[in-house]
Amino acid sequence: MDAETATAVTVAAAEQEALISGSEAVAVASRLADVDVITAYPIRPYDTMMQYVAKQIANGEQDAEYIVAESEHSQFEIAKHASAVGARALCGSSGVGWCYAFEAIAVTPALRLPLLAMVGNRALDDPGAFGTEHNDALAARDLGWMHVWVDTAQEALDVTLIAYRVAEDRRVFLPCAISTDGAFLTHSQALVKIPPRAWVDEFLPRYDRGDLRFHPDNPITIAPQVNEDWLMEIRRQTDQAMRNARGVLEEAYRDFRRIFNRDYGNPFFEEYYTDDAEIVLVGMGTLSMPVKVVIRKLRAEGQRVGFVRVRWFRPFDYERLGGLLSRFQAVGVVDRDFSMGSPYNSGVLANEIRATLYGQPKQPPVVSFITGLGGREVTIPNVREMFEHTRKAAETGASPRDTLWIGVRA
Amino acid sequence: MDSPELATMPLPVLEPIKGVKKAPLEEYFTSGHRTCQGCESALVMKLMIKAAGPRTVVLGSTGCMYVANTTYYSTPWVVPWMHTQLGSSGSAAVGTAAGYRALMRKGKIKKEPINVISFCGDIGGADMGLSAISAALQHVDYNHLILLYDNESAANTDIQATGSTPYGAVTTFSPTGPAKRIFHTRWKKNTAAMLAAGHPECRYVATVCASYAVDFMNRVRRALTIGGPTFIHSFDPCPKGWDYDPMLSHELGELAVLTGIWPLFEVEDHTLRLYGKSKAIAEGRQKRLPVRDYLLKQGRFAHFTEDDIDYFQAKIDDMWTQWLIPGVLPFAAEVLNDTPPA
Repeated sequence: MDAETATAVTVAAAEQEALISGSEAVAVASRLADVDVITAYPIRPYDTMMQYVAKQIANGEQDAEYIVAESEHSQFEIAKHASAVGARALCGSSGVGWCYAFEAIAVTPALRLPLLAMVGNRALDDPGAFGTEHNDALAARDLGWMHVWVDTAQEALDVTLIAYRVAEDRRVFLPCAISTDGAFLTHSQALVKIPPRAWVDEFLPRYDRGDLRFHPDNPITIAPQVNEDWLMEIRRQTDQAMRNARGVLEEAYRDFRRIFNRDYGNPFFEEYYTDDAEIVLVGMGTLSMPVKVVIRKLRAEGQRVGFVRVRWFRPFDYERLGGLLSRFQAVGVVDRDFSMGSPYNSGVLANEIRATLYGQPKQPPVVSFITGLGGREVTIPNVREMFEHTRKAAETGASPRDTLWIGVRA
Repeated sequence: MDSPELATMPLPVLEPIKGVKKAPLEEYFTSGHRTCQGCESALVMKLMIKAAGPRTVVLGSTGCMYVANTTYYSTPWVVPWMHTQLGSSGSAAVGTAAGYRALMRKGKIKKEPINVISFCGDIGGADMGLSAISAALQHVDYNHLILLYDNESAANTDIQATGSTPYGAVTTFSPTGPAKRIFHTRWKKNTAAMLAAGHPECRYVATVCASYAVDFMNRVRRALTIGGPTFIHSFDPCPKGWDYDPMLSHELGELAVLTGIWPLFEVEDHTLRLYGKSKAIAEGRQKRLPVRDYLLKQGRFAHFTEDDIDYFQAKIDDMWTQWLIPGVLPFAAEVLNDTPPA
């Protein structure tokens, strides 16, 4: 038996498989990561994660301060202050709950507090809707939070561990939001490999706040008034931390592969049948399921189509993503969100992709789609339709001047 | 009533201070701030942390005591200090105390008493932050003190009316003019009594006034040593916001108590007691001074007519003659006289 096989055998022996949802996977990760302070507030669909955590604590499987806050604002503030004293902290929300916490969300990056928040992506009601839309998490796009969209329950578990490691790295010290599509991931069960605690301990060092720790032994003043005298330098430092996160993420994924024997390839985006693809769709989250199904069907028909799933939205890997996408004859971007009045009336991701391609020597046409809002299913015919529009753009070589809404009543 | 784990979290030993000459000499709120001349809230900070001592961390929500105290590269705080958001004094206290508790319980840091004090102004505490403070006072596992310094306006921003601004006072959001002589018609919120009555597991709530410095420091010490979440409401005259000569801050604090406008009381383990001059008033040993003596020293009431003064006086008289508990609970006693159903 060679070394690689031996490792694989150990992996198989040590990991347990369980049928759990995306929410439960985050809860399990919080147990494995020995999170110290967890703050909960009910809103669907993220709150299932907090229910699982509560059950783990009640069962004696997890040891954490579990605080049911009286609002999302307090939920995020409590986690923020726990993080300041050196405690590993977890919170989360969905939809308008995330918006209610927005003040706390806005100030956390500059305080350089590495707490994690699970976002169970949900439409911003009114009008009421429980289903997936990405506008909740994307509202915090520009504030200095790291943002990642996961696709499966396994990825939810793994990325929670990875996110703690990156967020708590002194070169980064930034909060991280883990977006999970409401219902499609939060409430869907799949077989998930649950690693043993020893592997997690090897992968994830203790959170050490060092000389920034808020403690009587370390008398510092945190977040005074800086005004125009210093704010810009502090913003620049936070910006540098986000730049640093790119390299730290690469390191973390490498180490993750070594210890857990699970390889995500490029941490920032997933490629599906891109090698010989002429056209691709780009999207985030559980959209990948119908898209991958259609790609397999179209490939069977001889069409060279592929998919790129953006995982890490902040930091955004514009260099490699730009290089990749410029190879294709056309790129269709699928937004499960909107940015009304924006260029091309498109969603948020589409304009990120346009900006990413602008610096490339070769710029394929970009077709932007908005679909699946409010949790509406993105169907197989919807995906076929989007590929057809993208194919058309490849043939004409021209980008449409507007965005196409797919799967919407006229 | 202690939760089983409370006993495992160590509490500080802070003996009552017997007279001003016995107060600790050490200062932990020192130079480096730029509060106004005569700022009573700066004195409140100084006495608060003098009483609490060096094994303390302080969280300050947005307001005068944030903006005027802590300008980058300069801080008056010898102990650790951290800003928190305007409505977050309750959450900052809970998060900090919960963080220490988790780390101590898991053996990640040394188990020792650490005082957690979170302060807020009146708009941060009695208005925006009320729900977070309410929740904080329910989490009995966490030891901390929330101190509300009440200068009866958003004094740092530009003197705007809040839920703690007294009836009729001029602020930049409640000016006086020919069409509206009295703009601010809300009666001041009864915050401390509301929090004491509404949170039966909270072991200590008090009102204080820094004009009575030793009483003030001893209330802080009681709040920090009793265990669990506690709340203190401090009455802070503000020369800028109330429009008076800065030399009168101390005197106006005394007058607020002596006129009966600001009753000094504490609720300790479900027992209410008035203390200091307020106790003397309730027991008839001290005659309440007319509110006129207090109101007319301040520019914010300069537009008051005789009728306005009479109205204010009548409301204060009610506090001491009609309320179920004088100066504390504003209910009529009728229910006590009802005949129980047969």
